[in-house]
This record gives sequence, C-alpha cells and structure tokens, in this order.
Amino acid sequence: MSDKTLTRMELSEAVCREVGLSKIESAQLVEAVLQHMSDALVAGEPVKISSFGTFSVRDKNARVGRNPKTGDEVPIEPRRVLSFRPSHLMKDRVAKGNQD
Amino acid sequence: MIRSELIQKVYDDFDRLIATEPGDGRPTQAHAERVVNTIFSEITEALASGNRVELRGFGAFSVKHRDSRTGRNPRTGESVPVSEKSVPFFKTGKLLRDRLNDK
Repeated sequence: MSDKTLTRMELSEAVCREVGLSKIESAQLVEAVLQHMSDALVAGEPVKISSFGTFSVRDKNARVGRNPKTGDEVPIEPRRVLSFRPSHLMKDRVAKGNQD
Repeated sequence: MIRSELIQKVYDDFDRLIATEPGDGRPTQAHAERVVNTIFSEITEALASGNRVELRGFGAFSVKHRDSRTGRNPRTGESVPVSEKSVPFFKTGKLLRDRLNDK
C-alpha cells in the first residue's frame, strides 16, 4: 500500500489525459465540479453520486460541550455539518484494495 | 443534485471554459460525462490504493482502518466475528464548513 496524497493537480492531470482537454481547462473543470457540489450543499441540497456516495447536510442542535483539558463548560452553537456516506461499490472497492 | 445534473452543469460551463476542441471533435455532453466520471473514479482508485485525496477548501478523502471485533446480531443477540476492514472517510474542508454556516 502506497501513502501518497492526491490533490486537484492529479485530478486535473487525469481529466487532461482521459478527456483530451488542455491542462488549464482540465483544472478549471475540476474546480467547477467542486464548486457546483459545494453550492448545492450550501443551499441545503444533498449531492448523490451513484456508485460513489452521498453528501448530505445535517443540522446539529446547540449543546453544552466541555473543554477536555480544563473541564470548563463551553456552549456549542447550533450548526450545519456535512456528512459523506460512501456507496456500497466504493466501500467494497476500498475494502478490497486495502486488504493485506 | 445527482450525477446527471452535475454532468449537465459541467456541460453548461463548457462555453465559458473551453476554447480548444478535445482530440475527437466538438465538446459534447459525453465529454462532460467523462470529466465527472474521471474525477470520481480517480478518487475511488486513490482510496483503493490506500492514498489520500486532499481538496483544499472542499474536504479530504482518506481510508480508516477498523480492527476486527465481535459484533452481535441485533435480532438474535448471537455474537458474530467481524473481521478487520478499511473504510472510506471524508472530512469537510474549513472553507466549505464555514460556508455551510454562513461565515
């Protein structure tokens, strides 16, 4: 198992290679995809990508948290969080690929 | 939003973003589909090889390892061995987290 970190750069290179667009265009399209997904999520809309997974926004209620170091009570404001649920296909692929 | 709607949005961006023609002629909806599919399959394959994918501002995909444990069939209460496995994990990026909360 390797231990690399891929970034927008590697995704752009893959788009450039697979679709035959220029490097700059590929990079802008990767950015556009992330932007469209972010905009939908910020609007509260889930993003469902078949055979990949579902991103959805959940509302969290306010609660009293604690600073684990000092034990002080800290109010935690209500907030919106994003959760990602991988599809079965993605889970299987990742489990199989990482078997030792 | 589902995959096909994302593909449509990317196709709508072509006018604005694409000047050159891909190797095989005019940019079509099929090219937009390949752009979207390439991005998601690249992320899946990276995770399957044990790599991380870090998309600043959006979030990071990584693989978490779960140890083997003894599970229970919730209906019968019977114990069942669950072997160790690797699962995909996503952590939301700071920019997107802030945008979700109108910051």
